[in-house]
Order: sequence, then C-alpha cells, then structure tokens
Amino acid sequence: MSFALILKNPYIASGLAIVLIFVAFALFADVIAPYSPIDAAGPPLQPPNKLFVMGTDNLGRDMFSRIVYGSRIVLMIVAMSISLSGFIGSILGLVSGYIGGVLDKVLSFVMDSIYAFPSLILAIALSVALGPSPVNAAIAIAVVYVPTYFRMLRGHVISIKNEGYIEMAKALGLPTTRIILRHILPHVLKTLMIVFSMNSADAILTEAGLSFIGLTVQPPTPDWGFDLYKGRGFVLAGAWWLMAFPGLCITLLAFGFALISEGVSRIVGVRLR
Amino acid sequence: MGLLRYVAIRAALIIPSVLILYTLVFIVLRILPGNPVIAALGTKNIPEEQLNAIMSELGLNKPLYVQYFEYLINFAKGDMGKSMIVRGRPIASDIADKLPATLELTIWSILISLAIGLGLGYLGAQSRSKYINAFVRLLGSAVFIIFIPALGLSLQLVFSKYLRLLPSSGRISDIVNFKPITGIYTLDALIQLNINAFIDALQHLLLPAFTLGLVLSGPYMRLTLNNLEAILESKMVEAYRARGISEAKILKHAFKHVLIPVVTYTGLQFALLMGGAVLTETTFNWPGIGTYLVDKVMYRDYTAIQAVVVLFAIIVGVISLIVDIIYAVIDPRVRY
Repeated sequence: MSFALILKNPYIASGLAIVLIFVAFALFADVIAPYSPIDAAGPPLQPPNKLFVMGTDNLGRDMFSRIVYGSRIVLMIVAMSISLSGFIGSILGLVSGYIGGVLDKVLSFVMDSIYAFPSLILAIALSVALGPSPVNAAIAIAVVYVPTYFRMLRGHVISIKNEGYIEMAKALGLPTTRIILRHILPHVLKTLMIVFSMNSADAILTEAGLSFIGLTVQPPTPDWGFDLYKGRGFVLAGAWWLMAFPGLCITLLAFGFALISEGVSRIVGVRLR
Repeated sequence: MGLLRYVAIRAALIIPSVLILYTLVFIVLRILPGNPVIAALGTKNIPEEQLNAIMSELGLNKPLYVQYFEYLINFAKGDMGKSMIVRGRPIASDIADKLPATLELTIWSILISLAIGLGLGYLGAQSRSKYINAFVRLLGSAVFIIFIPALGLSLQLVFSKYLRLLPSSGRISDIVNFKPITGIYTLDALIQLNINAFIDALQHLLLPAFTLGLVLSGPYMRLTLNNLEAILESKMVEAYRARGISEAKILKHAFKHVLIPVVTYTGLQFALLMGGAVLTETTFNWPGIGTYLVDKVMYRDYTAIQAVVVLFAIIVGVISLIVDIIYAVIDPRVRY
C-alpha cells in the first residue's frame, strides 16, 4: 500500500483535503482570520456580507474569524483524546488478548461495560468531575473511547496468536514484548487506521456535544460547539448564520474523517460498520 | 440450558456492569481533590460550620468506603440521594418527573428512525435506478455525522419560525385541557381518548423525534438495503418467482429476514440514542433526563450526575437483556 496509491483513492483524497483545510485554519489562524476572534469588529448581528463573510454575532464579533480560531480547540481536543485513547486502548488490547486468562476476562468485561454506555453522557460526567477545560475534555473523551481500541486490537490478536509464525517466535524464546510489537502489531495497523479515522469523526461530535453543554472552553474563547450554543437564542430571532456556520464546520470536519475511514476500509477490504 | 436460566444469568450480569460505571464515576467525582460542596456552591466564602452542616446532611463527611456502599444500598431501595443545590430535594422524585418525557422522545425517535431506515432501505433495494441505490447507501453512512443541535435548530428555524407549522419547544400547549397519568403524553391522551391533546403532543414531538430519529436511521438503511438486495437476488426468491408468487408476498418473506439484524442493531443503538437524547432535549427545551443532566452540569451537582449515570447504566443493561431475549426467541439458531 504505497503512499501514492492511498492518495489516489477518491475518498481518502477528498477527506484529507477537508481535514487539511481546517488544520490550515488552526495553524495559520493569525494570517487567515481578518479580525480578532474576541473583540467586536462591527455592528452586532450583521448577516453575511462583503465585510463579514459569515456575519457577526450578538457582540459584533466576526463569525468567520471565530470559526477559523475555533478550529484550534476542536482539533487540539480531538488529536489529544484519540492519541491518548488509541495508545492506552491498543496496549491494553494487545496485552489482554495475548496473555488471556483471568486478566483478559476481567478487562474485557470492564471495557464492554464502558463501551455499552452512552459515550456522551459518560464524557459529560467525567468532564464535570475534572472541571471544564479543553485538556480535561480531551481526557474525558479519551477515557470514553479506550474500549473502542481495546476491543478492536484484542479481537485481532486473538485471531492471529495461534498462527504458525507466532508459535515459531515463541519456540525461539523471543520475549513477549518483542512478539507483540514486531510480529503482531504490524498486522493490526491497517485495521487500527480505520478505527482511528472513524473514531476521529465520533470524537469531533462528542467534543462538539461537550462544548455545546459548556464543558470545554470559557467565554470569550472561540469554539464551534459553544458558539452554536450561545447563538441559539438569536437563531430563532432570524440570525441563522450563528447556527449555520459552526454547525456546518462540525459536520464537515466529521465528514472529512468519515470519508478517510471509508477510503481506508475500501483499500484494506475490512468493514467495521 | 433453558431459556429461563439463560435469562437469569444475563440478568445477573447487569449488576457488575452497573457497578463498574458507578465505581468509575464515584472515583472521579469523589476521590479527586477538591471539596464537592465548594465546587457546587461555586464559592469558598462559606463559614466552616455551615460547610460541615451541608457535608453531614449529604453524608459527605463519612469515610469514602462507607459512602460508596451506603449509596449502593440506598439506590437499591429507590433512594438516589439528595440534590446538592436544591437542598433536601430527593433526586429520585426529580428523575421520576423527567424520565417519562425522555422515554416518550426516545420511543418515538426509534419508531421514526425505523420508518426512515426501513423505508429508504427498501426504496434503494427495489429501485432499478442505480442513483437512488447509491444515494441511500451514501445517506446510510452519512447521517451519523449530523450534529444534532445544528439539525435541530435548522428544523426549528424552518418549521417553527418561517413556516409556523410546528412548535419549537416544550411538550404540550398550555391551552390544551389535559391531565397526565403516566407522563408519556401521547399515551395518556390516547387512554383518555383526548384527540386534541394527542395531536398537540404529537406536534411538539415531531421535530425533536425526527432530529434524533434521522441521526439514528443510518444503520437501518444499510442493513435493510444490503440484506434485502442479497435476498432478492437469492435462489429462494428466484424459486418463488418461478412459481408465480406475487411480488408483494415475496417482499413480505424477504422482510422477515431483514428483521433479525434490525432487532440486534436496535439494542446497539440505545447508547447512541440516549447520548443523542441529551443534545436533542437541550436543543428543543424538552423537559427530560437530558435537560436535567445539563442543568445539573451547570451547577456541578455531583450527586445528581452520579444518579443519572447509574440510572442510565441500569437502563442500558436492561435494554440489552431484552434485546438478547427477543433475539433468542425469534432466531432459532441462537444457542443459549
């Protein structure tokens, strides 16, 4: 699976393009955003026009600038949470699946219980306990998604651990860590990639949900979900742009990751959903 | 093993599941540094005596392990503790007030998502146009990325503000003469044969239930489409057609095969359904457990949040048990 081949896949290419636009927003926000995201730039509640392409909010702040800066929070939380849960979940899954026994039974039961519980509600409870902040939100989302990686990797390890080459490695007396990292992990990487991109789409929606409830940032920090919540009262008074643009960005970013995962699963030939 | 024994074992397994979630939430809520009462009140400027009084009223000055087990025992007796904010108010009675609204919303949402999913899946499977087929396939994998508040607000804007067809929030109009019995308004209205109230409640339900239903309909679309397509191309259907059995009858047979995966999936959907209900209720000011939870989040009311988590853990366990039982009954291949 060469890199060029991956990029030729229309799903991956378009998904990646969407995600990269938002990454560019986050990295070059200072250059891209025409106004400050936290100071008033014009009259309040202006519909989209030439000066303010996405209109202004009730405090006269430029929505486009808030959207651009807001991508930082979403991407940061999502990147942090999925790397954390991917790391912890994968390790636990690999070890639990390989070693088996009581440890595996107990860990699987714990993971299944968390997995079956509504992820948003658990994330809410955890972020309330930790206190509302972007980092704590990332930790809460990470905890919620650990079982996703655990189940995936554990299942995979169990399906290959009795193959001949693993038996051989054991017979040669290789240490367990080496067997897991060198002989099992490479086989699991492809499926891990699908879970990763699928999970990113999920994590974006969970992050947006937490933000919508006010558990990630404090005003005046720009954040898509929180902006949508604050704009809610003005939307029904006709200020549709306060809802349309943050909502569109959340959906678009999640769609980008969903496209990538669709593309990867088509290349690898594995269906998870 | 008989069905009864299978059910008993499955039911017993709910308990450790609930315990795991309770323990997780208890650990983060109680063992982490910081006094929960100070966090809930949002100020450190309360006299020591008053703080101690509140702590002992809520049982927070007992050793942690006592708190841990006491809560469990009380919960089993139906006492979910007392709110930290509205002091002295039992959480159980709050939840009893709010739960029917959430039940009503989620039941109608499932019905709508089944209607959308099975309907569009059927349309895609029997349509001869490859565009319709591809469209349903795309929709089936795309609806889950909809952000519920964004869709909900859009629907409110179009149907409540501009078209003025449906109410944007609440459960029933004040002008309707109606006395709730179970708290599930559409059911209550039917019991009392109060057609006006039924229609009014339904109008209030339509937007939130559609929002949540659409987001959940994706898997049903794909399941129906894929399974129906496979069955309609099978030898079985070919044999039916050769014998001149009508297409309507063939479809009836084919649909039976689609129902088993649909039932299984409905069980898996419940977690998503309840998470989605929180956002849907917040968007539409629907007075259910979701808005209750969000309300308590604003005030950092730890005891109430803990109660909601344990309650949801029980609900999830019971639902998956029910689905497993239905599954065992309708699919003779299931061994238990």
